[in-house]
Formats: sequence, structure tokens, C-alpha cells
Amino acid sequence: MYTPHTDKDIREMLEAIGVPSLEKLVEVPEPVKLREHLDVVPALAESEIARRFEHFAKKNDGASCVSFLGAGAYRHYSPPAISVLAMRGEFLTAYTPYQAEVSQGYLQAIYEFQTYVCLLTGLDIANASVYDGATALAEGAIMAINANGRKKVLVSRAIHPNYRAVLKTYCDGLDVEIDELAVRADGTTDLSDVAARVATRAYACVALQSPNFFGNIDTPGVAAQQAIKESGTVLIGVVAEALALAALETPASWGAEIVAGEAQSFGVPVAYGGPYVGFIASSKEHLRRIPGRLVGKTLDVHGNEAYVLTLQAREQHIRRERATSNICTNQAHCALIATMYLALMGKTGLRDVASANLARSRELATRVSSLRGCTLAFDAPFFNEIVVNVHQPAKDVLVKLQERGILGGVNLGRYYPEYADCILMAATELTSSADIEALCAALEEVVNVPARV
Amino acid sequence: MSRLASDHTASPLIFETGQDGRANRYVPSGAPLTDFLPQDVLRSDLPLPDNSELDVVRHFTRLSQRTFGIDVGFYPLGSCTMKYNPRVNDAMANLPQIRDLHPYAPDELAQGALQIMWELERTFCSLFGMAAFSLNPSAGAHAELAALLIAKAYFKDRGETERDKVIVPDTAHGTNPASAAMCGFKVISLKSDERGRVGVDELKKVIGPDTAVCMMTNPNTLGLFEDHIHEITKAVHDVGGLMYYDGANANALMGNARPGDMGFDLMHLNTHKTFTIPHGGGGAGHGPVGVAAHLVDFLPTPYVRAKKKASVDTNAAPSDQMEFWLDFDRPKSIGPMRSFWSNFAHAVRALAYIYANGAEGLTKVSQLAVLNANYIRVKVREFLETPYDEICRHEFVASAQELKKETGVRALDIAKALLDRGFMAPTMYFPLIVPECLMIEPTETESKETLDQFIEGLREIVQTAKSNPDAITAAPQYTVVGRLDETRAARQPDLRWSRG
Amino acid sequence: MAQPADLLYSKEHEWVKVDGQVATIGITDYAQNSLGDIVYVELPKVGAKIAQFSSVGVVESVKAVSDLFTPIGGEVTEVNAELENDPAVVNRDPYGGGWMFKLKLSDGAQTGGLLSPGDYDKLVSE
Repeated sequence: MYTPHTDKDIREMLEAIGVPSLEKLVEVPEPVKLREHLDVVPALAESEIARRFEHFAKKNDGASCVSFLGAGAYRHYSPPAISVLAMRGEFLTAYTPYQAEVSQGYLQAIYEFQTYVCLLTGLDIANASVYDGATALAEGAIMAINANGRKKVLVSRAIHPNYRAVLKTYCDGLDVEIDELAVRADGTTDLSDVAARVATRAYACVALQSPNFFGNIDTPGVAAQQAIKESGTVLIGVVAEALALAALETPASWGAEIVAGEAQSFGVPVAYGGPYVGFIASSKEHLRRIPGRLVGKTLDVHGNEAYVLTLQAREQHIRRERATSNICTNQAHCALIATMYLALMGKTGLRDVASANLARSRELATRVSSLRGCTLAFDAPFFNEIVVNVHQPAKDVLVKLQERGILGGVNLGRYYPEYADCILMAATELTSSADIEALCAALEEVVNVPARV
Repeated sequence: MSRLASDHTASPLIFETGQDGRANRYVPSGAPLTDFLPQDVLRSDLPLPDNSELDVVRHFTRLSQRTFGIDVGFYPLGSCTMKYNPRVNDAMANLPQIRDLHPYAPDELAQGALQIMWELERTFCSLFGMAAFSLNPSAGAHAELAALLIAKAYFKDRGETERDKVIVPDTAHGTNPASAAMCGFKVISLKSDERGRVGVDELKKVIGPDTAVCMMTNPNTLGLFEDHIHEITKAVHDVGGLMYYDGANANALMGNARPGDMGFDLMHLNTHKTFTIPHGGGGAGHGPVGVAAHLVDFLPTPYVRAKKKASVDTNAAPSDQMEFWLDFDRPKSIGPMRSFWSNFAHAVRALAYIYANGAEGLTKVSQLAVLNANYIRVKVREFLETPYDEICRHEFVASAQELKKETGVRALDIAKALLDRGFMAPTMYFPLIVPECLMIEPTETESKETLDQFIEGLREIVQTAKSNPDAITAAPQYTVVGRLDETRAARQPDLRWSRG
Repeated sequence: MAQPADLLYSKEHEWVKVDGQVATIGITDYAQNSLGDIVYVELPKVGAKIAQFSSVGVVESVKAVSDLFTPIGGEVTEVNAELENDPAVVNRDPYGGGWMFKLKLSDGAQTGGLLSPGDYDKLVSE
């Protein structure tokens, strides 16, 4: 449908080439000729395509339920100005800006993205994005391994389970061992033995997520920071809910040398898991090890300020097997969306959104914990997610809530057997009091006890 | 800011504009954060600018005007397949019940999403001759890594841990050896023969019981069909190794030949190449990874499964008679490659494109991609050297080596001169084995008129190079900035704005 | 630039100046010219014991990267700290200010396998 060739065009072009037919032109050797009938959907006109996809969309009831799902993918308000700007054809259909002279717009936008990431994390440099928060953690660990040559990593069990699973996938490829820091009863990482463990100088890095998977603020104290630094171990801060960076003290301030994060919260749709946008920030020391593209400011031949992809000699297309990462395509368009979100929101807007998230999640916590049969699992300070203990299998409670049209959250037992009675619930600025009331009414029925007033 | 007096598109950095408190009102004003958390866990300041929506809209609109895209002009970028990105694909990805579906939505409430992923996977299996695909990886390089991890796991499972070598032709894309290194494999580079192909005899010299994988693409990065591919795959299989197909050039052979039939065990696709996912300035991409039957167990997790529903409407399309779920219980899997299940919004786009084409349409896509490339090639060879003078596939290489000797004008200068004439430059200096290389891939969505304009533009540049080379080495002259001082950018890295 | 006469050369385009038990090593004019503007040099660590012809570092330019091999074996005693701030000195003055590292020669360290200035000249003229 998108090929403009008329029969006349094809005839003239074949003649110029000197081949009698298209079939002859594309002929392949006998042994590899396609002989099977292809099992592909029949072609549809565009109006019919729309109908088919609306049919698919109708089967996604989960998108229209009242939802308290978070766990690394967050519903936030996305101003319509973003899609109007991001969907401009120049941005949408541009290639990687290798020809800088005709890509100044995109390069400047990515320079702005890099700057925003630095300002939010408190670190000196940031790259042009990586696939997502999970691969950012894996790439950050590789940076640490290249920095000090050690072959083990120490990660908190309170880091998003998907992120830890991806880290394992990457570490299996590199024969790197992963050790864990346990989770305390208060829902934060147990750092009581971290000093002793890093003193062995066996670990390339220690990774901590804050707010962690349970929503709790989970940062190392000064003593732990010092022990980590003195042992030459790299502290990696992991961020799954980027909005928290607008409110909480920066990862740099609690000693992170590398931040591996996910910026989906900045205007990127949840879209059943992707595409999202990961980011890596680091101190200057790691400049040569940071993977992926970097946009730098320079001058052109006439002395004008201009932007260009720089330090490309780190990357795969030059280093090939000596590159520390194979990353080529990144998440440029999602990074652009995040940049637009941050530009539109500004400091004031971000503070207001963070405030709403804090308010709604506390309202949720208060209301839910007032129900008999429901308690808050942890008492650590939290951002916009809480863990609710329903004192019976969370799995069953969630199914019953689902029957009442409510997605109550994520069953923690899926990842943490000791928390099988617990549900991870998120509340954002898009969560209304009515949503919370509906959840509580349903929980009351399901957990089978009358509400305390 | 820039040297063209008429450059109204320049815009200062977003941090250099704005005023504290010039807030937009996207959400209601909120209580101070100290109402909720103690000051010692809060950041003391948030040094981000407040800009009005109008200023932000102007800023990014102007930036878009300083950005070249397929929507603006022709992109003959070899190995990138810069074809038209149909807008209906984005419209489908933006349907609210597709866009707003949370990845942790229970399977029963995500049947539409799972059906899309399943249909896409089945289509890829048939088109490319594989037993299964995972939509998990986020890009081509990511999928390459997944495939090599699969190979590593497969050999470990069989106790064949001495297999630590990956064979890569010297024409391979840089991600191939880089991905191999990330799995701890040692890379052996194979020299291409005088026909630009992998020579079977050369290959046999380097393969053996320590061979894990041989990574190839077909057609190769010179745009040439590896006509001995069936002998190559047999040779590698005979020593117990696996064949990996880099799908970057898949646009060349749909409906005509399949990697599975050629003997490839593993492959990836770049749906942001062949299947029109927008490049978006460098991503997000999407890299489905496909495998033959003996490797299915090792695919990334989760994997979309389907079974026939208990009660079905037999008049409905086959996939409408199925129910779907995400299978996480996969003991031999290499694990997940990324945080959730896939770049799902791109799976939607790719499937919409497939629906627009069907099998016949996709076959035509590849035929016309090859037609366009050969048409340019036979015209361009009249004035520029084309080192491999034979029928090419969807792309071909030209060399400015002779021109450089004659006039001093190099491939880089030709590329910059093309920018002045409203075209994007072709891929330069890749593959590495062709000096002063220009790799040209027009794709099938370009009309003959556009190709003729490009050919004329290139011809004029070469002519000018011979009579007045300075005019070409001074290019670009009509872009908003001239050539960049890349040395300065690398020696004095300035990677972010700082206050003051 | 003609090759300085008091140096020996390797096929990988490094030069070495031997002064008793101390060797100074850098890359040749041909190498710096092929690489283009040099932006970063990764040097071996002081104290490292390196074998002749082994890869000990990396030289990065804007568009390319090249392994740095040592033309002679020994223990690294000094590296040129200047290169961190001004890698361009390798382009400007490859045989002088662009020196990269110094070695204490290992016992039995060989200058065999190295090229005389004349032989290196022949190599780069081909």
C-alpha cells in the first residue's frame, strides 16, 4: 500500500537495469527458494485495520478498570501538548543524528534531556538514554565492573524483581556473580553487614533502589556510604519512579556514583510495558565507561554553537568487540517525550504532582489500614506506593477485587514468598478519592469484615 | 546563534528561558512536601526552569524545524531501511485501551494485547521460517545479545562449554562483535572474498569444535546475496555450531527466501527497519528474536502462549478463537532482557503494517526495494565507482576512492554536499572493507521521481567535484550550522548545561 | 616527517628509545596521522609488567580507536600525565612531548623483532 510504483515505473526501471521481470531480479539460488505458503493475515484497507484494532482494544478491559497498579510503571497525567509536539514528523521520523548539521533540533533536545537527568540525580554526566530502568542497572553494573575489575555485584533484594532478573541475564553472559542484601522487617534494605561485606573488596558495586520496590525510602546512612566508598566499591542508585527525584534528596547526596533509572513517569504511556526510557547518570570519573550515545556542545566551522554526537569512540560502531556495551539504538523518542514533560511541568508543576502523589498515597494508606483485616506491612517513610497486608493470600483477594472491576495492585507473593499475604498498591495524582472509596468498599466485602469507622 | 541571518528556528536552551513561578496548571496546586515527609529526606531545591506552555511549544516546534526526517526528505541510508512510517500505525498504538493498559493487568483483562503479540509472533515465524519468536528485546543489538545468550545457554545445557568462539565477517555491523564480547565469546573476524561474500573454504579454516555461533546477514552489508549460504550453514552445523542471522537486511527478501530455510538457527528483526516503526531520532526500537525448534526453551521470559477457547465461534478468525496468557514458568529461559514484556506499542505498529500488506504486499515490498536499489546503482555507476558490479539486493555500495585520488573530494564531502541539496546522506565509511564507502538503500516507499532527483543531485556533485572541488569540500553551506568541530567536542566534553 | 634516527620501530607503528635499562615508548607520526585528532589515550598502570608486543592500552581519536602495543617488554615506571589534559600533543609532537610511557627493561628484553628507521620508512611508504 505504501509503494508508489506504477506499472510504467516498474517497466522503465527494469529496462534500465536490464532484467526482464521483478521475479528474475530477486531470484535466489534453488536450495533457498521459498516454497511454503506464507501464513500471514490477509491485507486490509486502512478503515478495516482500524476496526480490527478496535476489536483488539475492546478485549483490554484492564485498561479501563479502577487501578492501583504501579510496580515500575506509573499512571501520570500527560499534557496533550506533549503528543502534539512529539508526533511532529521531523521528530518522529528522524534517524539517529549522525549528520549533525541537519539534526541540530534533535541534538539540542537530547542535550536538554541529559541536563535534566543530571539536575534531577545530582550527578555530572548523563547519556542520551538506554532501553529502560532494568537494562540501565545492568549497564551500570558493567560500568562498575570495568572501573575496578571485580567480578561480583551486591544488590538489594528490595530492588524491582524484574530489574534484578535482567541484571542476572546480563551477569550470566559475563560470568559475574550476584549476591543479595536482605530486606528488613521495616521494608528497607538490611545494611547492617554491608561494611564487612564490601571490605573484602570482592564487589564491583552495591546497588540500592530508593524509593524501593515496596515504595519505601531506602537510602544508606553515612557509615555505610563511607564503607562502600573506602573499599573502592561503586554505589549505584536505582530509580524506578522518576517522579520521586523531584521531591526526595538526590541519589548523589546519599553517595551514588552511578544512577540507573526509568523515566517512564515523565509522560510516557504505560502501553503494556513499553517502550519506556532508561537513563544512566554518573560522576565525571566514569565518563569513558558510560554506554550509549552522548550529545555534546561544540562550535561549527563558522564559530557558531552547535550540538553533535560525541565520544563515539566508546561505542560499538567504532570499538566493535572492545566496546563495553553493544547498545546502538536507544530510546530517543521517549527521551524526547520525557524532556517535553519536564519542560512543560517545570519545577512548580513537578512539585505539585509530587505533592499530589504523596497526599493520595497517604489517603490510601489511612483508609485501607482503617479496614479490619488490612494493615500496612511496613512503617518506613514512603513515596507513592504502599504494601498492604490482607492477612490471607493476596492472590485470592486480588481476583475478588477484579470481579468488582478493581485492579487492587500487585501480589507481592509473586516475587517474595514471605509476603504472599501482601499487595503492592500505588496512588498517583490520577487516583481520586472516589477510587480509594471504591477500593475500600470492595476490600471490606472481600476481606469479609465490616469497616471500623 | 547560527550563521544564517534568516535562521528563525534557533532557540535557546530550555534552561535559559523561563521564570520561577511561571507555572502551567496541569494539576492542582499541592501542599508543601514537608506536610508529608521530614525535610531531611527531601531535596533542598529543584533547579528546573518554569516555562509557559506557549514558550515550550515554540521551543520544540523550532527544534523540529531544525531536524531532518523521512517526512522531510529522502534518506538513502544503507542498512537503516528508512521507509515511510504510516500514520495509521501510531493511531492504533494510541487507542486508549492499548496505550493505557498496565503491564501487570491480569491476562484475562489483557487478551487484546496478548492476541496482538501472538499474531505478530506467528507472522514472523511464517515470514522468516522460524519456530518461535520472543518480542522481549528492545532493539537489534539487544536481540543479538539475547540470541548469543541463548546459544551460550544451549551449549551449557548440552555440556559443550568449550565452544567459546563467534565468527563474524569483516563486513559485519559493529554490534555483532560487541554483543559477542558481552557474552564472554571470543570474536574471530572472517575476511570477505573478492566477490564480497563469505568464502566457504575460508570459513572452514576457522570453524571447529570450539565454534559456538557464526553471525551473518543475508544479503550482506554490501547488499549482495550470499549465494553459498546453504553450504555455509551446513559447514557450521557439521562442526556442531549455530548460525545466527542479523535481520537488519530483512527488507530484501520477504516472500522470496527465509533465513530458516537457509539453515539459520537464530535471528533477530529490527522492526524499526523492515516494519516501519518510526526511528524517532534514534529509538525506541524493537528487536524480536527468533529461533529454530531446538532453541525455543531458551527464549527470553515471558513467552506468549495460546490455546483454543472452550467455546468458539468457528467463523471467527483463527486467533479470535484462542485465549492467551504470559508464560513465566520457563526453567531453561535465559531470563528477561528488559523490565516488562516487550516494547508493546511497537508490536502494535508492526502488526498494523502487516495488516496493511498481507503476504502479497510484503512480497511486493521486498521486490520493489530491490528494484529501487538496482535502478539507482545502474545510474550511479556511470559516474561513481561501484566495486561490486552485479545485481544487488535492497542496497549497494559506491566508493569515492577514485574521486578522492583525482580531486581530493571524499565520501564525507559528497555526503555534506547532499545535505545542501535537501537529501540525507547515505551511510558513510561502512562496511569497513570498502574505502571511501557510501552505502545506499532507497527502500520501496520512494518514487522513481525521487530516485531520479537523487541520482541527478549526486551526478552534479561529482561533476562539481571534478571542476571545482572547493565547492564540495566547503559543504554544507545551506544548513543552519556548518561542519562541526568534533575534535573539540571530544577533547573538551560539554555534555550538559550548568547554571552560571 | 622522516623517522628519527635514534629510535627503533614496531610493525604496529610504535617507536621506542632505549637508554640503558630504560625505554621510552610512543606512537609514530604515521600512526597519529592515520588516527586523526587524538582525544584520549588509555595508558598502562605504573608498576604493570608487560610483555613485548602485548596490548597495553588504547589510543582514541574522534572516529577511530587503536590498540596500543608495547614494542619491548618490562615494568612500567612512568606514564605521561600530560596526555590526560592535552592528548593533542601526540598529534603535534609524537616523538617528543607525545611520549606515552617509560619502562624498566626486563631481563633479556629484546630489541629483536623491531625495525630500524630505514626499514620502518619502507613499511609506511608502501
